[in-house]
Amino acid sequence: MKPIVILEKAGVFAENKDIAREIRLRDLLPALEFGEEVTLDFGGVEAATQSFIHALLSEIFRKHGNNVLDRVAFKSCNETVRKVIGIVVDYLQEGMGIETGGEGGGDPFDPTRQNG
Amino acid sequence: MIAALGMTMKPDHIRCEKFEARSRHYLVRMGLFRIMGVPTDISVVEHESAGRFIPLTQIKTSDELSRFIKDMIPLLYLGAEQAKTIGYIVSELGRNVIEHAEAENGAVLCAQYYKKSNAIRIGIADTGLGIRATISRSHSAPTDLEALRLALWPGITGTTRREGGTEQNAGAGLFFIKSIASVNRDFFVLYSGSGLYKLLKKPVKRKPRLHADPFEDRHSKESDLPPWRGTAVGIDLTLDQTEAFSTLLDAIAKTFRDAVRERYRARYKRPRFV
Repeated sequence: MKPIVILEKAGVFAENKDIAREIRLRDLLPALEFGEEVTLDFGGVEAATQSFIHALLSEIFRKHGNNVLDRVAFKSCNETVRKVIGIVVDYLQEGMGIETGGEGGGDPFDPTRQNG
Repeated sequence: MIAALGMTMKPDHIRCEKFEARSRHYLVRMGLFRIMGVPTDISVVEHESAGRFIPLTQIKTSDELSRFIKDMIPLLYLGAEQAKTIGYIVSELGRNVIEHAEAENGAVLCAQYYKKSNAIRIGIADTGLGIRATISRSHSAPTDLEALRLALWPGITGTTRREGGTEQNAGAGLFFIKSIASVNRDFFVLYSGSGLYKLLKKPVKRKPRLHADPFEDRHSKESDLPPWRGTAVGIDLTLDQTEAFSTLLDAIAKTFRDAVRERYRARYKRPRFV
């Protein structure tokens, strides 16, 4: 499991999309290409913009489909970061024609979640 | 907007008439003359700006924007939740300029705290391509006002015709900002070309309802204003009524999801019954 510590790269407010792109291209995509599992560690990150999370995750959904959520875990997310990730993950799956949950939407942090 | 416009001129081509207004000291303190490179004989005693305002600041790069946000928050003495909201707004607006506007002078930002109303006003302007030019790269926008409508609609970006945007752009930044203003019952205005969209404050007694189509929100609009070559955005945040950021996200999430789903469904092919 390859850990990627977001705080080290993006700081307490993860908003710089250039940094998100760098993480995606240098760390996230290569690890997934090699068949590795990845943990995105948001410990210490107080907030993130949807633009940052979209820039981080969008391409991996397009390349690997939503099954990529079986190989990417989100660690130590506070409530705000969780919600932003939830919105973006739902959005990306809607774009792939996959229905997400009801009122609360799909929860990428739910260990019992069924993907596919 | 005056600062952004002034920066497109050589300083020696700018002539300032003698200011009589009492606000002249304010213009100096906010850095209007400094940012345009124009000398002034208006003298002011410079008090500490912390907790009251952010002077006019030019931002041209992504790293400059990140630094600005990091430095700005402590200056405004905000609570943690308010800091998240304001940081979010400034980040999304600033990145729109850096990524889309192609503005030679970048973005010009400023902020002012008003003690009486306990509100912060944020302004950001650029003299770039304007929203109609950028959105028209991928969508049909016959007027500036229609371009503003599209830009505020979730999931629409000028970078692609594809729903959901590109790997770098979701097309949701302005929708989030308008939604934050709407949930907080704050004021939000967007001006580009000859078009202006203004989200009107909602009465406190009515529960705010978010809409994907900005024209369904309580608003006013103009389509024949003097053309602004670029984009200007203003937002007032009344700090007393600023919801916790995570509460804002709950409200936005559902509207965003429904709006995107609705747009996808509108493009589904229908069975042909003969």
